[in-house]
Amino acid sequence: MADAAALPLTTADGRPLRDALADAQRRAKIRAFVLVAPLLLFVIFSFVIPIGQMLHRSIYHDGFSSNAPAVSAWFAANPRGTEPDEAAFAALAEDFRAMKAAKTAGEAGTRVNYTLPETRSLFTKTARAADDLAPPYREAFLAIDPKWGDPLVWEAMRSSSSAYTADFYLVATDFERTGEGKIVRVPEKERIYVYLFIKTFILSGVITVICLLLAFPVAHLLATLPMAKANLLMILVLLPFWTSLLVRTTSWMVLLQGQGVVNESLLALGLISEEGRLRLINNQTGTIIVMTHILLPFMILPLYSVMRVIPPSYVRAARSLGASSWTAFRRVYLPLTLPGIGAGALLVFILAVGYYITPALVGGADGQLISNLIDFHMDKSNWSLAAALSAMLLVGVILLYWLYDRLIGIDNLKLG
Amino acid sequence: MRKILILTTALTGWAAAAAAGDLTVMSWGGAYGAAQTEAHVKPWAAKTGKGAVMVDSDDPAGPIKAMVEAGNVTVDVASVEYAAAIRLCDEGLLETIDPAVIPPGADGTPAAEDFLPGAITDCGISTDIWANVYAYDTTKFPEGAAPSTVADFFDLEKFPGKRGLRKGAKGVLEFALMADGVAPADVYATLSTPEGVDRAFAKLDTIKAETVWWEAGAQPPQLLADGEVVMTTAYNGRIFNAAVAEGKPFKIVWDGQTYENEMYVIPKGAPNKEDALDFILFATSTEGLRAQAQNISYGPPRKSSMKEELIFKDGKTVMAPHLPTAPENLANALATDSAFWADRDAELNERFNAWLAAN
Repeated sequence: MADAAALPLTTADGRPLRDALADAQRRAKIRAFVLVAPLLLFVIFSFVIPIGQMLHRSIYHDGFSSNAPAVSAWFAANPRGTEPDEAAFAALAEDFRAMKAAKTAGEAGTRVNYTLPETRSLFTKTARAADDLAPPYREAFLAIDPKWGDPLVWEAMRSSSSAYTADFYLVATDFERTGEGKIVRVPEKERIYVYLFIKTFILSGVITVICLLLAFPVAHLLATLPMAKANLLMILVLLPFWTSLLVRTTSWMVLLQGQGVVNESLLALGLISEEGRLRLINNQTGTIIVMTHILLPFMILPLYSVMRVIPPSYVRAARSLGASSWTAFRRVYLPLTLPGIGAGALLVFILAVGYYITPALVGGADGQLISNLIDFHMDKSNWSLAAALSAMLLVGVILLYWLYDRLIGIDNLKLG
Repeated sequence: MRKILILTTALTGWAAAAAAGDLTVMSWGGAYGAAQTEAHVKPWAAKTGKGAVMVDSDDPAGPIKAMVEAGNVTVDVASVEYAAAIRLCDEGLLETIDPAVIPPGADGTPAAEDFLPGAITDCGISTDIWANVYAYDTTKFPEGAAPSTVADFFDLEKFPGKRGLRKGAKGVLEFALMADGVAPADVYATLSTPEGVDRAFAKLDTIKAETVWWEAGAQPPQLLADGEVVMTTAYNGRIFNAAVAEGKPFKIVWDGQTYENEMYVIPKGAPNKEDALDFILFATSTEGLRAQAQNISYGPPRKSSMKEELIFKDGKTVMAPHLPTAPENLANALATDSAFWADRDAELNERFNAWLAAN
């Protein structure tokens, strides 16, 4: 034994076996890495970096701080609550002259406008008169617009004066800052985001449950039918899945609208009256119907893949041991399909939470989800607010994923 | 592998070069985009022998800002609302246009006098004056009992049926206030007060349950044609196009509408800046503006374009009574206050969204 320990094992050419093994392993690792490198790079460039940038943007906006450095420095030097003195106004005048030359007053004003509406025009107006500003600056500014004496304006500039800010998250949770810098909820009729977040999650939950109820029997049928028939049925499931989302959504518009196929058929059958035409589109009902249809395959396919491999003998055995058909389903079949249910439900729910085109087209006023508001702010180019809302959505989904992992276990997920 | 790399690089380079050569104009699609294609894009391409393409957007101001901020501008000319032209210009996102290069009218009138007031800004030149009107389906209302005032739009008892409104605060709030009896001259003063905003939303509340909201300009004529709504607000040219060119039974009510200039602008960093300017000067010449007004019923902003009678491209419809600038259409109309919207757009839209989402 002692001899074996003293003499290290070597390969045929005399190299220590340990080194040779390490070498071989390193080569294998490099080869593996080279193989996954394209995907890794792709994921980094198309996923990690953009999401990182998005998160960064939700707390960063330098529209004011970079264009008005002098007054931003004054804010940094003087604590909140300091009355703006002549030095502050002088710094502001200096910034305005620079902003006029660089045509950036609108950009700075836009940033302040996010915190306090109606300040944008104050900035553009003052910039137009910037060359005429002369000491005493306080009076000069007040002569251009008395709003320069308003503490709310100064508070808004203060909160814009640092590029890193939580302001967008405040807005995204229906809060605002008062003139003294206190954080309060916005007036009731202006609250929207929290309500929409809750609504988005509830609607997605409803859609997931409907999808599950509809998909379960279909998947069971697919899994138990003879192969030839099952394949035919499978094509019926996959065909809409392969059709463009927009085409499917617009065909639903044709079907569901007031003068559409569904209403006309019901009317012809005498089931509804002319006045009693069903409102199936441009509202929440439309969003639920169309999204359920579009997301259904995402529920059917995982369920099917799980059900296909459940041996029918299990249920037969349960029946032969005296279980009723309900008990056999509840205690034997259903638990075996859980991985498929979990995968399908998670997939449908997460897709539904971020859905945007369908609610935009068929949702009308009350079928809008939070993603439509994100799109709205992208369009109105308040990207930081859009980013803050997206980040909150992302956190919500991650929380749910974590919850799922705790309750059911992510190992139980079976996607196919 | 290397061959493939070289080949793909060459191909991408070639594609980029081809794209850089073509002038790209971004507009609002539908009948309006088609009119600008016919009146401006095709003739300019024929005149210069260069390529020019038209791309569509629901509102070009959004993508323009995104492109300039991302430093990847693919559009040379964009057609934007007046307020957007001012806002984007203030934010340094547009190229400035030297007013001295704008050619005089065909009759020799200098540009500054030929254009209507406000039609030339630091960064844009007006292509037309359009209006946010409302229109109805004449088959849904008997003769003599059809809606005729802005208040009728909100009268569900006398004129039952669904309404279409543009999803957004601009235009809609002014419309609601005028329907509530506010004189056009007082609309923006009223809307500047919290009570005025409440009043506008209270008026909208009365038809909220019956309203279908549209976003793209091509939607309202479609909603009317499908019978989804019996009346809807719309850009007047789209209704004109459906009624005159497509023979649909739609009628415009010229009461309580808002009107404004539409501007051609050049995004900062446009790939073909010189061609873009050449295109805009061509399109906003007396003839260019006439050509557009012969394709869609928006008023040309040059006086010299109105000198001779404008006839629609069908060869028989006289355009004058269909234009937002016709004196008989301006009896109870409101010029959109772009400064107001540049300032309060964000805030009022937030409020609008909150109102829309609340049940």
